[in-house]
Amino acid sequence: MKTHRAKRVEIIIEKPLEPRLTDALTEAGVTGYTVLPVQGGSGRSGRWSSSGEVSPGSGMVAIVCLTRPDRVENLIEVAFSVVERHIGVVSISDAEVLRVARF
Amino acid sequence: MTEILSLAAGNLISPIILCFVLGMSAALARSDLTIPEAVAKGMSIYLLFAIGFKGGAGVAEHGIDARLAAALTSGALLSLSLPFIAYTLLGALTRLDTVDKAAVAAHYGSISIVTFVAASSVLESQGISSEGYMVAVAAVMEAPAILSALWIVARSGGQGIADTRLYREILLNGSIVLLVGAFLIGAITGEKGLETISPFMVLPFQGVLCLFLMDMGLVAGRGLRDHRAALRGGAILFGLAMPLVGSAFGLLAGYLVGLSSGGTALLMTLAASASYIAVPAAMRVALPEARPAVYLTLSLGVTFPFNLAVGIPVYTAVASMIAGGPS
Repeated sequence: MKTHRAKRVEIIIEKPLEPRLTDALTEAGVTGYTVLPVQGGSGRSGRWSSSGEVSPGSGMVAIVCLTRPDRVENLIEVAFSVVERHIGVVSISDAEVLRVARF
Repeated sequence: MTEILSLAAGNLISPIILCFVLGMSAALARSDLTIPEAVAKGMSIYLLFAIGFKGGAGVAEHGIDARLAAALTSGALLSLSLPFIAYTLLGALTRLDTVDKAAVAAHYGSISIVTFVAASSVLESQGISSEGYMVAVAAVMEAPAILSALWIVARSGGQGIADTRLYREILLNGSIVLLVGAFLIGAITGEKGLETISPFMVLPFQGVLCLFLMDMGLVAGRGLRDHRAALRGGAILFGLAMPLVGSAFGLLAGYLVGLSSGGTALLMTLAASASYIAVPAAMRVALPEARPAVYLTLSLGVTFPFNLAVGIPVYTAVASMIAGGPS
């Protein structure tokens, strides 16, 4: 089966920032993304877990975008403008997609 | 003094405190006991709705008096002014930077609704009545402290991220909307409405509160276990001293407004408590450089247990001795 090259951008960000980031992505023309819950982890700010948490201020989400390689720079600029000062991880990796017209 | 010690001792062996101790001990001992996030949120919604509804029904039964406006105003003023006192105290006791101090100060100007719920439960168990509109005072006290903290940072040359969207998110925070909404429904439907939902909203309340406090103990214990290093002696001292300072201002405000002893105890509790819902979310957006390990561990790991075990019985006893307003 024929596949097409794409870029997978994964942004792990604090939950309160999620609507700001997804709105910025939409405004920049990135209409396809997936928001995933994150159970817990550890980083420069220490360990954390989502179990039992009721505060919307704690916890993180992962936002995954698949896009064409020529669009990735714009996506990263938009994402970085939102997450620059915040706790989080932005990573880009190579991916293969089957239905290129959808990206 | 004997009365305060007796109340504190009685409070320490109540089911809600022991459930909190169970959760905290389990977390510190690294037990795998957990309450799923969705269950914890469900219990939080239940408690907020129940306490809001009961407050509204109380207002419907006893009516609104002139003290309501004064109580709301004093609540807002306490929330606005306490961050400045907290910030000054932090400057004297800790070496935290401006942003961390401002973020911590915002937490201590705002309120912990769970501490309020626990205090209401203690008052109820002792047969002490309070003004139903104290629920509305609690809602009013959630947000102003955030403005004070942002002002402190701006005055110090720092840069917070505050826009209309943030203010909307703060004011329309789910907890505030639920609390005020339930209060209004309670005020509209009154005692009859409360009677209708009482099998679900009143009878299981203490049991749900016990489980919720066990979860709070787990969260507080995990915070202490993982982030203990972020707090030095001065910060811990602040976490124990600031509730007493805040409660003294709450006592003064309650006295001037002329609240009942129950109402004054609740206002003292509100002024002594530190936020763990609305403010942490606002701080993550507005002051991202502030460290959650500092402000959440202080708020949840130090001040919340202190208020629960020692503060509430002390505030209740002191309010019963002094409250009633200037004659």
